[in-house]
Amino acid sequence: MSGYASGILAIFCINLIFAYGIFVPAAAGQINLGGAGFQAIGAYGAAWLSSVAMQPMWITIPAAMLIAGLVGFLISFPVLRMRGVYMVLATFAFGEAVAGFLLWTQFFGGAIGMVVPAHIELPAICGSAAAVTLFAFYLMATRFGMIARSINDDEAVATLMGVNARATQVAAFTIGGALAGLSGALYAHNFSFVEAQYFNSFLSIYILLFVLIGGVQTAWGPLVGTLFFTLLPEVLRIGGSWRYVVFGAAIVLMMAVRPQGIVTRLMADRLSLRRLLAKRRQAGAGA
Amino acid sequence: MNSDAAVRPGTISAPSVVGAVIVILALGGAFYGGESIVRQLVSGLTLGAIYMTVAVAFTLTIGVLNFLNFTIPTLFMLTGMIAWGLMAKGYVRFAGGWAWLAALAAGVAVAVVASLIVERFTFRYLKMRHGDATEHAIPLVSSLGFLLIFEHLVLLSLGSESERFAVPFNADIHVGYLVIGAAQVASSVLAVAVVAALSFVLRKSRIGRALRTIAENADTALLLGVETNKVVPVVFVLTGLLAGLAGALFTVNYGHVSPFMGDEVGTKAVAAMVIGGLGSIWGSIAGGLIVGVIETFSVYFFGGDSVQMVVWTILLAILIVRPQGLLGAAVSARSRL
Repeated sequence: MSGYASGILAIFCINLIFAYGIFVPAAAGQINLGGAGFQAIGAYGAAWLSSVAMQPMWITIPAAMLIAGLVGFLISFPVLRMRGVYMVLATFAFGEAVAGFLLWTQFFGGAIGMVVPAHIELPAICGSAAAVTLFAFYLMATRFGMIARSINDDEAVATLMGVNARATQVAAFTIGGALAGLSGALYAHNFSFVEAQYFNSFLSIYILLFVLIGGVQTAWGPLVGTLFFTLLPEVLRIGGSWRYVVFGAAIVLMMAVRPQGIVTRLMADRLSLRRLLAKRRQAGAGA
Repeated sequence: MNSDAAVRPGTISAPSVVGAVIVILALGGAFYGGESIVRQLVSGLTLGAIYMTVAVAFTLTIGVLNFLNFTIPTLFMLTGMIAWGLMAKGYVRFAGGWAWLAALAAGVAVAVVASLIVERFTFRYLKMRHGDATEHAIPLVSSLGFLLIFEHLVLLSLGSESERFAVPFNADIHVGYLVIGAAQVASSVLAVAVVAALSFVLRKSRIGRALRTIAENADTALLLGVETNKVVPVVFVLTGLLAGLAGALFTVNYGHVSPFMGDEVGTKAVAAMVIGGLGSIWGSIAGGLIVGVIETFSVYFFGGDSVQMVVWTILLAILIVRPQGLLGAAVSARSRL
């Protein structure tokens, strides 16, 4: 595989894990516009543990996940007190505050950034992305996923039915934070360098858009959204700013014609393997 | 409920709070800190005047339409970049010594037109299709799309460099030991005048009443005979005007433009709006000035890299402790505007 293709594959896998980190809370109706903050925590956690504490990767990556998950858990309590625009703004503020802190403090190298000694190879990143994807599908098939969907559809009704919305949302936020942290740790180890400027508000915006355009109703959404927006520009061979113009136009168009995202629950049901097999069996029985 | 009862008995009116805060800060600074502190305060307030104008644009769309409009930073940037482009290509030479003003006016006009385009393709279209566009995150996401389109079209056509925008006056005003640029004074006065006028219009005029009715409840407003389809674009025109004006003032004050000038000012203005209280115009005014002062003081005391952290940590703390902001009403749309 050429260096170019493997570079794209690596960033695709990292973005996919990151997108699932945003998807899990979004599936429970929580829009997180501070994703870059969680990813930055994971990246800097892994970078510090690797370069200063000299820990091997099998410690740095899980530890980075744990730290980002813990931060997600703690921040979810104040954030979940708010709703709508307030919650979007609070998560946005969180992302900006984390980036601002990393830029300011000399402990993590400030504006210069940090060099990460341990390097992770592409197969490990792809394996993690595949595992996270399977985990997300599993999660959405469990009772937890069902409850999350019911909250997303109508929180008031879900609560009336006896669902503990708050506990579910806290759990979703924690899992989301941990996954974003994992993507950050993989980013740090793959690119061997972290700087606070990378984890800016535009990164948060892009990754949220991947998820929302893909669709939050099923676990297919982030996969389709990330694939679409990472690979489409490469396939079309459009570079530089035109890529973003097309991206922006695609978003405006999508919101106008299909605001629920590319993949909806109905579509996933219709195209499911089980259903297709059942249909074939029926046709076979009829004949 | 009487919607004119924004000032309840026993409460202090918002403008007087804003005025009092500024006076207390100024007097306190003058007594305890001396020269350099007062100088920081003045430059913070001029910066704050720009944040304030952008924050009012944000708060207007949130207050009336419950729509967090992410295109506002690009409208701000469009004004500066279009004005610079017109100057650089010599299209405004006919205006002679006033070419810079003609260019800036054209820039503001472009911002207004861009804002109307956004209205047409995010808000109106979505409302026609889905009944109520205000309930979901859809217009917000759509405006993020427009943010990308505008920003990268400017990058493609006008380049990514930070450019100088020369303004032919640089007179200074001396007040005691203070030396303030005339442009700074003029722009701060202009910003305050425009925002005060807007507040007056919203309170007293027919269109202002219509906007406040929509803010209260869009469906009821329609039932009561408010022509929402004609009134909603007014919000976007005002948004374009305010963001464009702020962009023009920023360009004149700091003498340079760049395709990214809106990003930082825009996010600071969001911070200002939240600190003041979503949907409250006087809250945004107070918030803008507070953020401007916080910024210059954190640069002064902790260095340039600390600004982002200080501003956003304060903001996060305010959201957690008092989500309605300093001057915002918790639930009621009554005193929003």
